[in-house]
Amino acid sequence: MAKNVYERSIDPATRAMLLEADRAGIETAWDRLEKQQPQCGFGQLGVCCRNCNMGPCRIDPFGEGPDKGVCGATADIIVARNLLRMIAAGAAAHSDHARDAVLAFKQMAEGKAQSYQIKDEAKLNALAAEYNISTADRSPEEVAIDLANVLLSEFGKQTGPITFTRRAPPKRQKVWENAGIDPRGVDREIVECMHRTHIGVDNDPVHILLHGLRTSISDGWGGSMIATDVQDVLFGTPTPIMSESNLGVLKADEVNIIVHGHEPILSEMIVAAAEDPEMVNLAKKMGAKGISVAGMCCTGNEVLMRHGVPTAGNFLQQELAVITGAIEAMVVDVQCIMPALGNLASCYHTKFISTSPKADFPGTVRMEYHEEKAGETAKEIVKTAVENYANRDAGRVNIPKGKSACMVGFSAEAILGALGGTPQPLIDAIVSGAVKGVGAVVGCNNPKIQHDYGHVNLVRELIKNDVLVVTTGCNAIACAKAGLLKPEAAKEAGSGLRAVCESLGVPPVLHMGSCVDISRILVLAAALANHLGVDISDLPAAGAAPEWMSEKAVSIGAYVIASGVYTVLGTVPPVLGSDEVTNLLTKGVGDVVGATFAVEPDPFKAASLMINHIEEKRKGLGLKA
Amino acid sequence: MKEILVRPERCMGCRSCEISCAVEHSQTKSLFGAVAEKPVPRKRVYVEFAPEYSISVPMVCRHCEDAPCVSVCATGALSQDEISRVVTHNPEACIGCWTCASVCNYGMIGRNKEERIAIKCDRCPDLEVPACAAACPTGALVYKEVEAFSESKRVESALKMARGITAGGSR
Repeated sequence: MAKNVYERSIDPATRAMLLEADRAGIETAWDRLEKQQPQCGFGQLGVCCRNCNMGPCRIDPFGEGPDKGVCGATADIIVARNLLRMIAAGAAAHSDHARDAVLAFKQMAEGKAQSYQIKDEAKLNALAAEYNISTADRSPEEVAIDLANVLLSEFGKQTGPITFTRRAPPKRQKVWENAGIDPRGVDREIVECMHRTHIGVDNDPVHILLHGLRTSISDGWGGSMIATDVQDVLFGTPTPIMSESNLGVLKADEVNIIVHGHEPILSEMIVAAAEDPEMVNLAKKMGAKGISVAGMCCTGNEVLMRHGVPTAGNFLQQELAVITGAIEAMVVDVQCIMPALGNLASCYHTKFISTSPKADFPGTVRMEYHEEKAGETAKEIVKTAVENYANRDAGRVNIPKGKSACMVGFSAEAILGALGGTPQPLIDAIVSGAVKGVGAVVGCNNPKIQHDYGHVNLVRELIKNDVLVVTTGCNAIACAKAGLLKPEAAKEAGSGLRAVCESLGVPPVLHMGSCVDISRILVLAAALANHLGVDISDLPAAGAAPEWMSEKAVSIGAYVIASGVYTVLGTVPPVLGSDEVTNLLTKGVGDVVGATFAVEPDPFKAASLMINHIEEKRKGLGLKA
Repeated sequence: MKEILVRPERCMGCRSCEISCAVEHSQTKSLFGAVAEKPVPRKRVYVEFAPEYSISVPMVCRHCEDAPCVSVCATGALSQDEISRVVTHNPEACIGCWTCASVCNYGMIGRNKEERIAIKCDRCPDLEVPACAAACPTGALVYKEVEAFSESKRVESALKMARGITAGGSR
């Protein structure tokens, strides 16, 4: 009963493992999506409200049944409230990740987390300068304590501004002030989302959505940006490095450990512990040739960017990694980890190890990590994995061949560094038309779209048309697997972009990191806009999330448009049950922040939308077509 | 001949059948397209709630043999297929007199608000399984031959009786 694996993914390694799953009678996310068909129409349109126990209520989208919930909420109100709750959840996920990074940073500075050090003192000092923290005659640790405290205060601020929002061009800050959406504090905005959407509070769609934008800005220019910068100080700011990507990076004769989720805090320690001679010797004693760590999702991107640790795959490949039968430990922290992994791991020898104090799953071995003991815990985890090598059934090992080389590590600092310390060369290339503009392509996988089809085709289409692509998250991994992150991929670009990439020795698609690292894209956009003395919304730039699925992606989409960048979504958000909200997102919001959303599942049409937008912005700046 | 049959004990009142019916009878035949269409696509299946029992029951045209609606239709707008016995409605011929609605025992004649004529189940001629039955997540609506449907109910019922005998015999 061979399933239509070709329709499920464009990636050969993924197809191979889907065939194996089918042969072994193992179900994956694609099968579960099929079993969910048809999905609830009310849910897809966003017209179902479960916010109080007079409900659940739903509005008849075809106008024959109820047009109001018990409280009187219309479809417009219900859709807007639901959307605000999605933004709140997404912003909370990014910002709570940031909080943990700052807490680890603080413990390090206080000498309580001995496994961590300051890896990037220059960035520490730059951040200290931004906060007016004196560095003269002080140890880096003293500076770090002060910095940690002010960063922590961003979460609990009541009246703003969030300091990093001042990195936005002055014109953008003015836009936020005029619209009343300059965030006051990271936690405050998220809490207020939950308050506003409680029964009987905020019931005006425009008012609700404006708060959504404010909350999302507290994520992009707050939580996410704090996470990126603190992690850079703790683990090093990424610089270009070569690596490999896809399930083929797994080793048939080594202990394979996958680090999956979103935080680098423990995975950095696991990468170090796997190199510990004691552990390597133990692995050899167990009959393995060594220990191989590979990443998955954004934890993978974090260690890929900083250490060149190979990546086994993106979101929809997490189950497939286990199905290779070659994984001794699937080590997870937070976000985008399928609870299905528990049951699946029990079909193999794989140990499913949960580590975050806030995230557990069925069927895990619990090895909770705390900053003070991060190094020890990491070593224990690696030891558990190594000892599990004895349980591997060689007859069940089935590692697909597919993998591709990739050049990664393009932090904003690295990009500006490669350009000689100033965005001027990039601006010159844009002015000359060699580079038409910049496309930011990010986001998840979603089995509703053929795996990687949206990502890879959209990016190919953009570079072919001389649009330089910056990428993060699961799009970055899709591009890596498709070979688009190799410098040789410049051959696939239009002649203008190709020449620029070849002269710099960089790929036409720049991997800027994990999903919190979309903050790096904001910093780069701000640098370009500031250099030109314009707003971000004036730049020939556009964003896209071709295969998005998570609430974090909703928050990201909102802060990207709030920052002035037109964004094309590849899957339909649950808003079409309200004409008013749909019109606000696709038109009305443009009058407020100078950017709107569009929805286009076809990556080729999505690319045209983005290119047309970029051409229009070029015209606006008086640049030739 | 397959019929749309109802197992009311399984209905959770989610109204997925109603949505799916309206979408199947829209121009675009997609949910996201249908919500934006004018005229608004209409459903032909109705989930009725019986408050006395707190039970929802999906109500769908029975396509009756010797259908009362067909026999009273003055203009021949309603007709019954000789072989499939499906009762269909021709909007061109309908004059909106509502005689059909008056005689239908199940209330299955709806109203097309824009054209002010009747609207009813056509059992989805383009689909192998009618949209309502295909959409039902719990199997409250099934598309089966009556013989097969009744047989499955007999088997279920027989199993219950057999269990009773075993329980008695073990005492």
